[in-house]
Amino acid sequence: MDNIQSYLLLSSLLFSLGIYAVISRQNAVAILMGIELILNSANINFIAFNRFTSDLYHLDGHVFTIFVIVLAAAEAAVALAIIINLFKNIGSVNVDDATELKG
Amino acid sequence: MDFNLILALSFLFIPIGLFIYQLFFGHLLRHDTWYVSILGIGINLAVALNFFYRVFFNNPDNAILHKSFNWLSTGNFNLDLGVSIDNVAAIMLLVVSLVSFLVHLYSSEYMRGDSRFSRYYAFLGLFTFSMNGIVLADSITMIYIFWELVGLSSYFIIGFWFEKESAASASKKAFLTNRVGDIGMFIGIMMIYFVGDSHSFNLSDIIEKVKTTEIDSTYLTIAGILLFMGAVGKSAQLPLHIWLPDAMAGPTPASAMIHAATMVAAGVYLTLRIFPILTFDALTYIAFTGACTALFAAIIAITQNDIKKVLAYSTVSQLGYMVLALGVGSYMAAFFHLVTHAMFKACLFLASGSVIHSMHHSLHKLDDHETDPQDMRNMGGLKNKMPMTYYGMLITTLAISGVPFFSGFVSKDAILAGTLGHYFEHGGITIFLPIAGFGAAAITAFYMFRLIFLTFHGKPKNEEIYKHLHESPQAMTMPLIILSVLSFGLFYTGSLNPLSDGSHGWFAKAVGNGHNYVIKVDNHHNQNYGDHHLHTNHNTHHKDVDLEYNFTEHVSHAAHAAHYSAMYLSLLVAGLGILLSFLFYYINKLNADSFSRFFNIFKLYDLSKNKFYIDEIYSNILYKPFMFWSSVCSKIDWDYYDQTFIDSIGKITLFTSKKSVKVDYNWLDQKVVDGFGNLANYMSFKMKKLQGGVVQSYILGGLVAIILITLIVQQI
Repeated sequence: MDNIQSYLLLSSLLFSLGIYAVISRQNAVAILMGIELILNSANINFIAFNRFTSDLYHLDGHVFTIFVIVLAAAEAAVALAIIINLFKNIGSVNVDDATELKG
Repeated sequence: MDFNLILALSFLFIPIGLFIYQLFFGHLLRHDTWYVSILGIGINLAVALNFFYRVFFNNPDNAILHKSFNWLSTGNFNLDLGVSIDNVAAIMLLVVSLVSFLVHLYSSEYMRGDSRFSRYYAFLGLFTFSMNGIVLADSITMIYIFWELVGLSSYFIIGFWFEKESAASASKKAFLTNRVGDIGMFIGIMMIYFVGDSHSFNLSDIIEKVKTTEIDSTYLTIAGILLFMGAVGKSAQLPLHIWLPDAMAGPTPASAMIHAATMVAAGVYLTLRIFPILTFDALTYIAFTGACTALFAAIIAITQNDIKKVLAYSTVSQLGYMVLALGVGSYMAAFFHLVTHAMFKACLFLASGSVIHSMHHSLHKLDDHETDPQDMRNMGGLKNKMPMTYYGMLITTLAISGVPFFSGFVSKDAILAGTLGHYFEHGGITIFLPIAGFGAAAITAFYMFRLIFLTFHGKPKNEEIYKHLHESPQAMTMPLIILSVLSFGLFYTGSLNPLSDGSHGWFAKAVGNGHNYVIKVDNHHNQNYGDHHLHTNHNTHHKDVDLEYNFTEHVSHAAHAAHYSAMYLSLLVAGLGILLSFLFYYINKLNADSFSRFFNIFKLYDLSKNKFYIDEIYSNILYKPFMFWSSVCSKIDWDYYDQTFIDSIGKITLFTSKKSVKVDYNWLDQKVVDGFGNLANYMSFKMKKLQGGVVQSYILGGLVAIILITLIVQQI
């Protein structure tokens, strides 16, 4: 089990679940959770490639991962603020209700 | 800055300051505003006296002050401005300041109550400024700048009473006539500038250049005559004298300023300045111009009845004398006559102004607007009513007529001696010069005494007017007293001998004989005079020294030799003129009317009365053909070119544009341009359905697109 394929399989599983959540869920918070899944799948990829392609002294993948986690936290804060404003404006967090851009 | 320079510049800045002050703030003080002007000009007069004092200790060849600075330079071209005061300039500054000061004083009464009183003083300031600029200038460009300013100020001041048709047209005439001369002068400046290797506008540089380099004498003659053209315009020489008599339409004190010290003197002053570079041919031309002008204007003056017109023509005539003197090389005599003439002519004008002022008041009291206050035929017997004016005018008339004891005698005698010397030397046609000189002298004495007798002696022509005449106020008689005192020869020669010759006084010493660096004199001429000093000089020196022989020295020796014959002749002609005048107009032994009828057999009287028809000739040969050609050109331009050609082009354009607007609107605009719009509109209407507003559908679309692109890329 200790090979790169299993990690990649896990990460693509997570990525697919994340995409599915983003596309199918109607609740904005759930969409946000999907995005978190996508980001974490990318993190797994970084760690896996770092683990299997370089020695122990090179930790580039780890550093990237930490950056992504920080970014995700910031993104979550901004996104939740947007969602709160969305709720204030249209009275729900259902993204199907937000059709202002309809042509 | 050195103190002398500040003093010199005060001649420019005080008058221009007064101009600005009087123009913008003069009305605030009403009549009292003239005190400001007289204070400023008074300071100038004091400074002028300071410079004048130094003349006594200064060699004529040295400058008292010369400062020049670079004003403008591009590449090799440099334009310097600077002030230069030598003895001639210092004397001239005093003359200008003094006359300007007295005119300022005089005008305070003469112009009292005028609605544009402060503007009049502003123009006097501008005039003084411009004239001082010409006197101070050290470069020919600076002279030209102030030259034009003098022209402009004369335009202002002649047209001061612009409500009068005559004043308005006289100012235009003066300005345009001067322009004709100025164009010649400008070409002359350019010709002088471009001659030789070094290019400079500075007068001393130009003189140095002409002195040291060999220049084609024809070129220099033409350049000199063109420069002299400027003087012909300003100093009212033939054929550009026509503006001066008309300029009498201006206020009389201003006429005194124009015709005594400022404008007309500028032309002679310019010729004095360029004298060193004038060739013999140019001088001959100048001499004949002056001689013709002197004689011609004197003849006209005999028959004029307007008191100011007589004086105007006498000014033209006296200016002719100065120019004649320059032409025969009597540098000193020309400047001498310029100064003495400035004094007595200013006085004559101011005295005539006093008479006119009084006449005007009297007519005003009688409520008579028909009688001309300037016509001598309405005067007579004014001697008892206006004694101050009478004695001022009498003294200056004696001076202008060339009576011993008076300044005019000394200066005119110097000129006539010069012309006579010139004739003795060159012979031939130059006999015209002394003939014109002596002839004009006789006629001058005649018409000036005619003026005196008609105005001040005899019985009053109109008792009503006579009753109301009175002497002018003190501010008007004071300048007359000062100027008539200065018309005594004593002040110029420093000698009590009435027949003393002008060449020994301080004036002659201060001015010197001038220099001319172009004319080389052959030594054999000198022997005609038996001048032993010169004679030995020529025998002992090398021939090169002879070539350096000073032309003006030579002329002054010639004049000296001719001095006694000239003096006796001039005494004779002046006496003859006065005697004739006495017989005609004082004791009426001879009847002037019958004489004029006698002369009129040959149309001579009419010729003089109508000023030789010069104005009519100019009107016929210049004005009328010009107007005729203008009307022909206008007809061609309007009736044929404009109406037919231009209008038909317009019509064609109109027709074409009507057609093209149809094509443009109906086809291009309606179909093509609108078609694009409609197409875009239709497409967007269809396309907007795709914009569902559901974000997730966009993401899904994006995902599908990525998968498709990936598949396609993998296939390739």
